[in-house]
Amino acid sequence: MKNGMAWLKKITGMRLFLPLFSVFLVLIINVVYDAVQGNYALEFFRLELKEGALYGRIIDILNRGSEAAILAIGMTLVVSSSAGTDISVGSVMSLAGSLCCMLLAGFGVTHVREIGDLQMPIFVGVLAGIAVASLCGLFNGFLVAKMKIQPMVATLIFFTAGRAIGLLLTNNKMVYIHLDEFKVFGGKLWIFPTPTVIAAACILIMVLILKTTSLGMYVQSVGINPRASRIAGINSTAIILLCYVICGLFSGVAGIVATSRIYSADSNNIGLNLELDAILAVALGGNSLGGGRFNLAGSIIGAYTIQAITTTMYALGVAKAQAPVYKAIIVILIVVVQSPVVKAFFARRRAQKLQAYAVAGRS
Amino acid sequence: MKKILALVCALVMACGLFVTANAEGDLLKIGYVQVGHESDWRMANTQNYFDVFTKEAGFDLELIDCDNDHALQLSKVREFVQKDFDYIVIDPIQTAGWDDVLKEVQDAGIPCIIADRSVDASPDLYTTAVGTDMTAEGETAGKWLEEYLAGKEAKILVIEGSTGSSAAIGRAEGFNKVAANHPEWEILASQDGDFTQNGGQAVMEDFIKRFPEFDVVVCHNDNEAYGAMDAMDAAGIKYGVGEKIIISFDATNEGLKRTLDGQILCDVECNPIQAVIVMNVIKALQAGETVEKFTLVPDEGFCAPGIESAIVTTMTDEVLAGRKY
Repeated sequence: MKNGMAWLKKITGMRLFLPLFSVFLVLIINVVYDAVQGNYALEFFRLELKEGALYGRIIDILNRGSEAAILAIGMTLVVSSSAGTDISVGSVMSLAGSLCCMLLAGFGVTHVREIGDLQMPIFVGVLAGIAVASLCGLFNGFLVAKMKIQPMVATLIFFTAGRAIGLLLTNNKMVYIHLDEFKVFGGKLWIFPTPTVIAAACILIMVLILKTTSLGMYVQSVGINPRASRIAGINSTAIILLCYVICGLFSGVAGIVATSRIYSADSNNIGLNLELDAILAVALGGNSLGGGRFNLAGSIIGAYTIQAITTTMYALGVAKAQAPVYKAIIVILIVVVQSPVVKAFFARRRAQKLQAYAVAGRS
Repeated sequence: MKKILALVCALVMACGLFVTANAEGDLLKIGYVQVGHESDWRMANTQNYFDVFTKEAGFDLELIDCDNDHALQLSKVREFVQKDFDYIVIDPIQTAGWDDVLKEVQDAGIPCIIADRSVDASPDLYTTAVGTDMTAEGETAGKWLEEYLAGKEAKILVIEGSTGSSAAIGRAEGFNKVAANHPEWEILASQDGDFTQNGGQAVMEDFIKRFPEFDVVVCHNDNEAYGAMDAMDAAGIKYGVGEKIIISFDATNEGLKRTLDGQILCDVECNPIQAVIVMNVIKALQAGETVEKFTLVPDEGFCAPGIESAIVTTMTDEVLAGRKY
């Protein structure tokens, strides 16, 4: 019994417990729904191989959550280092996709159906898209780190201008690249949806960087106190700048994935409202939006939690217009459970219990 | 510095004079407040106005792209009134909030034509309206399905347009009107796909899992249909003649290409080629004739090759080549 309690405490005490618990709760809703409906209770978790690729609701979550997860990596660093959010990521995604498609198709061309009609190799277009997104990140970082403009104001510029620039590049049209070589980034790689593979690669690279360098520590220390960090010899400006560039770069990667999914540059809709999902992912991951300590794994789980909610809404047949209401309720629950007040309450109760044990033991 | 500034000012003024001088003559001044540039459809609509209202045809068209900004649209209409335009054409971004501005236009004695979309105002406040009928489009699709199925049972999935948009409401209403006469049709589910390819794909991914058995997918625009096809491809579900039936709306060039390929079985157009009808209305008004309160822009439907239909046109290469957008 006592061992069991200790085991439970160890688990609930882990940093990732709450984010994992949240995503678990969302998935449970589906099991309950299927059971009530008289379906096979674990229907939601069924995996199959269809057309040579993994297929199922869980795959949908991992697949469709990819963009938000990729964005969440950069957003976590931005939030941690600058105590602010980059609200331009969705528009920058769209800009990256538009530039990529425009370069591949040529200005003013709306459909490419033959590989010979491409103006340049696909990887050049893709890299150019990611590069322009990184440049946007650099610009944001310059405004925030050097000019000391508030992050939300600084990134508001590309939030509004990003899509407009994209529309200029695509001559106000949707540019389609009907080529399997281009569709692959949003399609499948062996049996996996490519977006999940790209998201996993991005996460892996970031984790390796954080593990092998002191970047993570520098970012957190700048976020906690930029002046003290500078006195301690950390170049705060450079660190914040770097975080925004990384955020821009990952926005570019997410933009290419989203564009490849629909094999077209849809400036008006790619990444629409995704900046909000990315910020929410960071918050759901148990990170403070006030900067400082960060938990990358939490943010990524947060991103997939949001997608799990969306997929659940579909599975339950909730009309899309009403879905945000239920989404909001679930988010409120998750955020409240993770709030400092609730955490403090449980800590206090635990202390009281321990005290009671101690008193009982003495008498 | 001041000299340069003065020079620039003088130049600008001179240019202004030149432009006004050029625009004078007996050209009819037409002001058109366009919604924006959000889709291929909208771009085709704008281009059509430029093609029809030319100087050679006797018009001086000022087309304002309002980029979905209702306030901008209102202020531009007021500007047209101040500049004393001969005709004002409004493609309203929102249905509500037009009473005051329409009253001002009326008080100025300028004929006002509501084009494409509709306003939520008394018909006395504007001269006439020109537009398509979304409900009729939905009915055309429904009637084509009626003809194609010829009494067979069908399980139907609907990927709607953005909730609340006039296109989504009208198309659903028209289709449901026909479906109501068919107890053998069952609409399994209807979900909002946001008029986007990504939205259509996400909705279809869900539909396939919830309803493994279905016969028809009705998509409220072409982009949603492309997304639905991608989702069906991924799940190994076939569509076309003799397979699952995809019905779509808008009939954009790409949509019709896929109809010609036999992927979309029926695509009902929403005609953006409206400028000629607006021009005819203006010509009639110029001649002092009375015009109807509403002029319908006819919509056509198209079906895949190999299907004979009395309701819609069967696609051929010639039909596609003859399309203006």
